[in-house]
Amino acid sequence: MAKITYIEHDGTDHVIDVKPGLTVMEGAVKNNVPGIDADCGGACACATCHVYVDDAWLPKTGDKSAMEESMLDFAENVEPNSRLSCQIKVSDALDGLVVRLPESQH
Amino acid sequence: MWALSEAGTGDLNSRVVIVGAGHAGGSAAAFLRQYGHVGPIVLIGDEPLLPYQRPPLSKAWLKGEADAESLQLKPDSWYEEAGVSLRLGGTVVSLNRGAKTVTLSSGEHLPYDYLILATGARARALPIPGADLAGVLALRSAADAEALKGALGPGKRLAVVGGGYVGLEAAASARALGGHVTIIEREPRVLARVACETLSNFFQDYHGARGVTFELNAGVAGFEGAEGHVTGVKLSDGQVVACDAALVGVGAIPNEELARDAGLDCTNGVVVDIEARTADPFVFAIGDVTHRPLPLYDRQFRLESVPNALEQAKQAAAAIAGRPMPPHEIPWFWSDQYDLKLQIAGLPFDADRQVVRGDVAAAKFAVFHLKGDLVQAVEAVNAPPEFMAGKQLIAKRTPVSIEKLANPTISMKEVAA
Ligand SMILES: Cc1cc2nc3c(=O)[nH]c(=O)nc-3n(C[C@H](O)[C@H](O)[C@H](O)COP(=O)(O)OP(=O)(O)OC[C@H]3O[C@@H](n4cnc5c(N)ncnc54)[C@H](O)[C@@H]3O)c2cc1C
Ligand code: FES
Repeated sequence: MAKITYIEHDGTDHVIDVKPGLTVMEGAVKNNVPGIDADCGGACACATCHVYVDDAWLPKTGDKSAMEESMLDFAENVEPNSRLSCQIKVSDALDGLVVRLPESQH
Repeated sequence: MWALSEAGTGDLNSRVVIVGAGHAGGSAAAFLRQYGHVGPIVLIGDEPLLPYQRPPLSKAWLKGEADAESLQLKPDSWYEEAGVSLRLGGTVVSLNRGAKTVTLSSGEHLPYDYLILATGARARALPIPGADLAGVLALRSAADAEALKGALGPGKRLAVVGGGYVGLEAAASARALGGHVTIIEREPRVLARVACETLSNFFQDYHGARGVTFELNAGVAGFEGAEGHVTGVKLSDGQVVACDAALVGVGAIPNEELARDAGLDCTNGVVVDIEARTADPFVFAIGDVTHRPLPLYDRQFRLESVPNALEQAKQAAAAIAGRPMPPHEIPWFWSDQYDLKLQIAGLPFDADRQVVRGDVAAAKFAVFHLKGDLVQAVEAVNAPPEFMAGKQLIAKRTPVSIEKLANPTISMKEVAA
């Protein structure tokens, strides 16, 4: 299990044990963390699973695909540490990961 | 897992019954808890399964790339933790709005303060000879998908009746598993009701180049069989398409009977307002079963998509929990076939011209549908910037320069500026 902390825009945090193999998005949705809508269920087609990855963790979350890159390019409130959480696979190496949620996904 | 809301708008303690434990119904229960609702929630579904996602049934799951657990909206443990009582395998047979109860097929009556109808739609069947043969399949539920998966594999022949999204996705998955596929379509092109001609032709060519055979302008007269199992699809001209299984994908019919029998207005779906409410203030309807307003296009329409199910689930949950309405969304949809990602935003209502941007032959393009200089809809193939920027243009109603839009060397950022 990897412990992942999801911090809502208002500061509410949710610390969740996520099974390796799932995505960071699935860890949130399956535990009903508000603020990650994931309309497309992880198909990289909606950009409603947008999160900010704490800088220290960025290298460990891997590279963005061209598809993710271009979806993010047009999402709202994008920062250099923005990721689509459905494109980050959870592994033991991500134990302790902290992600913050944007003000809105739409 | 869920906390008492401080707002205490009064209805947070109400008893909510949700009929239909699909994508919309399951999501409504989750949003109610997110919004601070603490009263009892009863989720009734006639399938034996917890709410799950259907899109992968014709895509990743069918190809063996996703397991059943990953399809579930929430894990088993969530429902108990969240205090959502499940009545799986339960069918609601009637609704008594006066008494505010629903009745299960067992005869049991369940009372509600608020009712959410989320009964979805069912696959349209073909009333033709042989339709009841084994191997004549539909694709709506996990059980349907299980049966279809069993009929796919190297050398297996699948006939797909109906060239809609579900049929095309199943065809691509069947090819990926090494089977032979023939798509039979009544219209002169696939996706005739749901996509423009450029897109239809593109998908047809793409499938054709990957070994799928087409019978277009072809009526289906019946299914032929031997020993109770389908062996072929008989076309109106007498020709027979031999197959080991036939998938019928000719559209879906809303499960609106409960609402209609209870005197609620139905026209190709339960009529609701922009808060997903029916004419009865205590009865909401959400998802594929609804005929809903599309404020942007100034009409009522029935949508069949996950984003629509989620949007309406939020509306009903917000109304019951006394929360502000979520912002209106632009209808959108996606489809995966082979290495293609199709993303569609908006609906081409009232459009008077089309602009193709990009290279159709290179499988990277978008078709914009405009009314004057306003974008009404965009169909994007492997073109996320066009989809994302197009969706924003549709929402904001900003006029665009057709010349810039048609020129792919000018970025979508600049077009949308
Ligand atoms: C194969 C397939 C692929 C798809 N692909 C996509 C896609 O790529 N993108 C997209 O956006 N959408 C896609 N869709 C559409 C999407 O799945 C639907 O829009 C969505 O499931 C609608 O949710 P719903 O809850 O309204 O209906 P459903 O998910 O169908 O749920 C309704 C539930 O209610 C139950 N029910 C009905 N009547 C009763 C009753 N009287 N008592 C108890 N239970 C009842 C039904 O059995 C069902 O379980 C696809 C659908 C299918 C079938
Ligand atoms: S869930 Fe849709 S892009 Fe991540």
